[in-house]
Amino acid sequence: MKFYIPPQITRLALAFAIFISLFLVLRHFLVPKTFGLYGHYRAASLIDNAQLEIHYAGQQACFKCHQDIEDKKAQDVHSEIHCETCHGPGEKHSLNSKKEDILKPSGRAFCGKCHSLNAAKLKSAIFQIDLAKHNIGKNCIECHNPHQPWELKK
Amino acid sequence: MHRMSQSTSTMGTEKIKTSRRKFLKTATLLAGATIGYSWLKSSQVLLFAAEPKDETLPWYGIVIDIQKCIGCGSCAKACKSENDVPKEPFFFRTWIEQYTVKNDGTVDIVSPNGGIDGFEQRVPTEDIFKSYFVPKMCNHCSKSPCTQVCPVGATYESPEGVVLIDEKYCIGCRYCVQACPYGCRFIHPVKKVANKCTLCYHRLKKGLAPACMEVCPTGARMYGNLRDKNSEIVKYLKEHTTQVLRPHLNTGSKLYYNALSGEVR
Amino acid sequence: MEPHYQHLYEILAHSQGYIFPNEIDLQWGILIVVYPFITGLVAGAFILASLERVFKVKILKPTYQIALLTALSFLLVATMPLISHLSQPQRAYEIMITPHSSSAMAIFGFVYLWYLMVVLLLEIWFDYRHSMVVWANEKSGVMKWVYKILTLGVNDISPRTLGWDKKLGYIITVVGIPSAFILHGYVGFIFGSIKANPWWSTPLMPIIFLFSAMVSGISLVLLVYMIISYFRKKAIDLNVLDAIGKYLFFVLILDFTLEGLDQIQRIYEAEESFEIIKLLVSSKLYLTLFFSQGLIGTIIPLITLAFLQFYKHQIRLKKTMYFIIGIMVLIGVYSMRWNVVIGGQLFSKSFSGFTSFKVGLIGLDGTLMAAFWLLLPIGILAFLLWLLPPWKMVNEED
Repeated sequence: MKFYIPPQITRLALAFAIFISLFLVLRHFLVPKTFGLYGHYRAASLIDNAQLEIHYAGQQACFKCHQDIEDKKAQDVHSEIHCETCHGPGEKHSLNSKKEDILKPSGRAFCGKCHSLNAAKLKSAIFQIDLAKHNIGKNCIECHNPHQPWELKK
Repeated sequence: MHRMSQSTSTMGTEKIKTSRRKFLKTATLLAGATIGYSWLKSSQVLLFAAEPKDETLPWYGIVIDIQKCIGCGSCAKACKSENDVPKEPFFFRTWIEQYTVKNDGTVDIVSPNGGIDGFEQRVPTEDIFKSYFVPKMCNHCSKSPCTQVCPVGATYESPEGVVLIDEKYCIGCRYCVQACPYGCRFIHPVKKVANKCTLCYHRLKKGLAPACMEVCPTGARMYGNLRDKNSEIVKYLKEHTTQVLRPHLNTGSKLYYNALSGEVR
Repeated sequence: MEPHYQHLYEILAHSQGYIFPNEIDLQWGILIVVYPFITGLVAGAFILASLERVFKVKILKPTYQIALLTALSFLLVATMPLISHLSQPQRAYEIMITPHSSSAMAIFGFVYLWYLMVVLLLEIWFDYRHSMVVWANEKSGVMKWVYKILTLGVNDISPRTLGWDKKLGYIITVVGIPSAFILHGYVGFIFGSIKANPWWSTPLMPIIFLFSAMVSGISLVLLVYMIISYFRKKAIDLNVLDAIGKYLFFVLILDFTLEGLDQIQRIYEAEESFEIIKLLVSSKLYLTLFFSQGLIGTIIPLITLAFLQFYKHQIRLKKTMYFIIGIMVLIGVYSMRWNVVIGGQLFSKSFSGFTSFKVGLIGLDGTLMAAFWLLLPIGILAFLLWLLPPWKMVNEED
């Protein structure tokens, strides 16, 4: 049975068919291979995110060489503090043991970041000292061994 | 006579027309099938993908104990070092805020350089009603609004419940930055794509703690597997009263605060 | 120091109260103000054209092709502010190949393509095809081939086929009206669906955007009609102006009512974010909201249009008045886009502070770029009017 299709429609249908086919073919080549495996994202990105460089080694890495400090620290109030809190990122140093690749911080301002008096700090959370009054001018580590703070040096 | 010759000629053109029509039909079918197959094949994973309910993987949650935070800034500092974030005071994956509620009822909130250099007390003690520190970071929402609005699929919730960014796919439209109610996303000034806390996914995969939690001196930050009934975090949630930020926005936030006070947004 | 950081330090110095550390720089700048303005013009111009075609408002006939070509000129430029604002514009194609179905922004690619190809281009094609066939025969050289290609080889101008042109054009226009609503409504939804931002989050947002779009599109066609008539040295038909003015008046009332309702509800409910929003409106957005959008863009045009409606036959300076109203309304709608986009980012999500916004002049996100995208459609329109002159079309009543 013949029915009349106006020439506009046939021509436009062809034009659209070509356009849509081109789009689908292009899309086939452009969509990344792992896209959609676990959800609407490129699954390979999980691997990208998992393989980033590590800068903090974790204190077990420190203890491999510095067992003496591990023992000292365990006996005093800084026992729960991990090495890299004060010494900065230690991955590089744990691999090459170079002194310049690890921080040895000191100074009243540094210790003061935790221990300075501040009404927002709970006394139960941290021992606070009034730096404006306590041994002004002296570096904290002149008297306090940072790994054994209550073993005062004199 | 005329009519007969007319009918034969129309019959002739009809024959030609039918065979042309048949050819067009077959050609279109073949072309359509090829295109359809190639399209189906590439979107197959999209059509039939399902969220992995892999129970063997951990489902990460975070707890922050406000009573233990002393505003030392070690966490924010370590995060920048670990994750290649510029040191300028405009980009933070995590930061600490100090809230000071004064006796006159006003609330003073500050976060100088995100708290990286620590805090100094600015309000005299006698004017303070109460004061505390609030560390902020990505909440790794389970109904993440940033994931919902990303137009291309460059940010997503990993099978472990960590919200991550695909830096190779992000187009930098910034819709996710607008959609996050917690203000924890930003555009990396060098990479020029979205960036945020990844819960140090690269460390989690190696069994290491996120950098901020590694260095927190008071143990104010905790993380763990919410699926594991015996994990430290689940035990903590059982024994303490915890809240999430902006609960009315229903983001499914997995960052639970202990002792969160009403002034905090 | 990198100039970018210098700029951020300055903004930091000007921030007030407490803002989240990542909120110092505005994410969506002037280009994102320009984009909804442009798509709004497209939707509005198209709706005016549809009034003639679908609702048979014969008096608007002289503006029909002008409205369509204006819509096309602006639509062709519409994607550009978006692409030039992306920080990875070379990846813009990803929206077309892996659109995230839960993201309002993702439907942009397809809605745009649909509207451009199926609605606007087809409607113009059906309307112009007869004339293009005739022009292809009349011209010689390059232009002959240009018109031949534009007809897509459909050269049949028998009455039956011409009848199909009209029928199909009508269908496309009918389909085009909801398509125009979606084209611009989704932009409102992009803002209205962000629960994190209380200045944006409201179900009214798509509707407010749409009505202000219609207002801007109608004003634009009014201005274009007047300017074209001036350049062609033809008399401006005052009845046409009055008819456009009537529609502008009614849509402007609706727009004003809707935007007023949004604000009244916000003031009445006074929920959590109200304190900071009150400060936002009374300090940061004072000029652009009350003066630009309110007074210049809405109140004065409304009063003038009402005056012109009731005293139709007695005014001599009508043409000047309509021209000025057209410009004022455009300024008002642009200010509305500014107030929504920029206003929503000036206050912190902490509800405790403000950042500041300084538009740069140069750079991909600067004023010059925005101005370029706004002026380019005018050039395109001039070209289209030369290529497809409405006044030289084959008159089918002959």
